[in-house]
Amino acid sequence: MRTRWFIILALAVAVGLASAVSPYASSSPDGLEKVAADQAFLERGALHAVQEESPAPDYAFPGVDDPRVATGLAGFVGTLMVFGLGYGIAAVTRGHRPRAA
Amino acid sequence: MHIPDGFVSNEVAVVCAVPAIGAVGYALRRAEVDLDDRRVPLLGVTAAFVFAAQMLNFPVAGGTSGHFLGAALAALLLGPWLACLVLAVVLAVQAFLFADGGITALGANVLNMGAIGGVVVGGLMLAVRKALPNTRTALLGAAAAGAWLAVMAGAAACAVELAVSGTVPLATVLPAMLGVHAVIAVGEAVITVAAVSAVLATRPDLIHGPVPEPAAPILAAS
Repeated sequence: MRTRWFIILALAVAVGLASAVSPYASSSPDGLEKVAADQAFLERGALHAVQEESPAPDYAFPGVDDPRVATGLAGFVGTLMVFGLGYGIAAVTRGHRPRAA
Repeated sequence: MHIPDGFVSNEVAVVCAVPAIGAVGYALRRAEVDLDDRRVPLLGVTAAFVFAAQMLNFPVAGGTSGHFLGAALAALLLGPWLACLVLAVVLAVQAFLFADGGITALGANVLNMGAIGGVVVGGLMLAVRKALPNTRTALLGAAAAGAWLAVMAGAAACAVELAVSGTVPLATVLPAMLGVHAVIAVGEAVITVAAVSAVLATRPDLIHGPVPEPAAPILAAS
């Protein structure tokens, strides 16, 4: 399989998982949240001032009423943004040396 | 195990941020050496997959859920340093866009999942792999063990940071964190082995380090 097709296929799997499967993921507390609740320090957790204005807190795409659709949209956009950021950082750092012939 | 702000003290957050920044900084320099043309898009897609899979909380015992971490998988594809870079990218996007994991605590989260999970455990896993025969079984075994250990080491580091912060005594938080994550880490091992198997089936050359010898064809006895 050519590299380009592998990347497209893997990205499609990631986007599919984040947008179509994540709305059905467990909403139970994760390991740390469970321990925090059991040991009574959960209420210490607080959003940073920067996060008060985060665009999609708790993976809820803004302005969407249906929580599953909101989660799926956040997953879709978030996965593509992470791909772009990772690709961009890799391309910029890679760019410092001449490409192998 | 994303630590939100408020769980760790500012002092602990700073002490954790120093090695986290150091590891990411070194990873960026290593990127010049480690990234060949194929691995530029591979880094992006690994980060995307880790982000996506981290959204998929699966239930574990007692009204608790766990999710994929991805440090061992990233190390198996990109090496330990770039695995740390991948986790840092994912954690930064999660913290700033989705308010998942703190901003002050971002250094602690990068330390626990990227530097300890990716660099330390990922590096150990790759070293063990070199000592093992270059077979598919050895690769998948190392992947499973590395995945399990990356989650456990991250959980232990998280517990220590909470204890040093004075949030909760180590004697209660360490066994609790390790107990719940011992189960989550099994899920991590299963997902990591499945993902590595998928890469082996399609593009085995994208595995970091030696490509396992293809298994000898089994001839049906007749």
